[in-house]
Amino acid sequence: MDSTSLVAWLQEILPGVAVQGAPATADPHATILVAREHAHDVLRELRDRPDARFTLLAELTAVDYWPREPRFEIVYILVSIEQRRRVRVKVALHGDDAHLPTVSDLWPGANWLEREVWDMFGVVFDGHGDIRRLLMPEDWEGHPLRKDYPVQIRMQPHVSEPLQVTAEEFRASVEKDRLARK
Amino acid sequence: MGLEAEIPVLTTSVEKMVQWARRSSIWPVTFGLACCAIEMMAMSCGRYDIARFGAEVFRGSPRQSDLMIVAGRLSRKMAPALRRIYDQMPEPKWVISMGACASIGGVFDNYALVQGVDQVVPVDVYVPGCPPRPESLIYGIVQLQRKIAQQKLA
Repeated sequence: MDSTSLVAWLQEILPGVAVQGAPATADPHATILVAREHAHDVLRELRDRPDARFTLLAELTAVDYWPREPRFEIVYILVSIEQRRRVRVKVALHGDDAHLPTVSDLWPGANWLEREVWDMFGVVFDGHGDIRRLLMPEDWEGHPLRKDYPVQIRMQPHVSEPLQVTAEEFRASVEKDRLARK
Repeated sequence: MGLEAEIPVLTTSVEKMVQWARRSSIWPVTFGLACCAIEMMAMSCGRYDIARFGAEVFRGSPRQSDLMIVAGRLSRKMAPALRRIYDQMPEPKWVISMGACASIGGVFDNYALVQGVDQVVPVDVYVPGCPPRPESLIYGIVQLQRKIAQQKLA
């Protein structure tokens, strides 16, 4: 199934869906562009329909095409193990409105992938519920893989971490240890 | 040191004795961060054999170590861990900054890496190279031994 037949198939099962095929390239995988408001429905149908069964989310990442608008493209690569096929789904987002629904309810493995995309690009996944930094330190400011991020920024490194126990907890732990050794 | 003619004893001062003991058994903490650590391992193994200089006992615990060889690029997220391991080492302690990345950031002139570990811990010897050959690191350790031999007790 190439991208045009995939688009026709999607328009049949989801009438009115805003989806288009990407121009054909040498790359054999079908690529479709989906509007943000339909992305979750399209991905769910791709996962669940018996003639698709793209059950494996192989990759979820993003690309920043700054200064072009829409600058972000979220890229999902899905694999159908039954049909031995791959499909690439892209969602374009504007820089001032960079959010889209989470797919961590469809594929639990998307949880950390979406955290990484948020960490690096600042794209918010609505309904994710646990958006925290994954790669960068917790107190980091900014999203380093954005093309307008100052890559050669100079900062003093943090050399200490906040204490992970309170003074009372520490004393209680020492006391417990002391009693255990008696 | 002087060798007495008749009786089998050596005379020396406490200071020289301590300097000799310290420089002859430098125990490094295992702290490999990147590709420099491969050269560091080569240095500790049979072909280069750092045991000749008494520094072959790589320790898994900082509490048993005298020397930290920062072998590789230090990311900002790793900096607090490096500092904590340094703080856990007992005095006296020394640091070798191994390679271009640890010394000045190397080719990684970006936000993610600390541009020189001397922003985090005090460094005694810098070993240049990308990565330095084991001979270079041995030379660095010998330089450190010369430095230790000059450290006064008081």
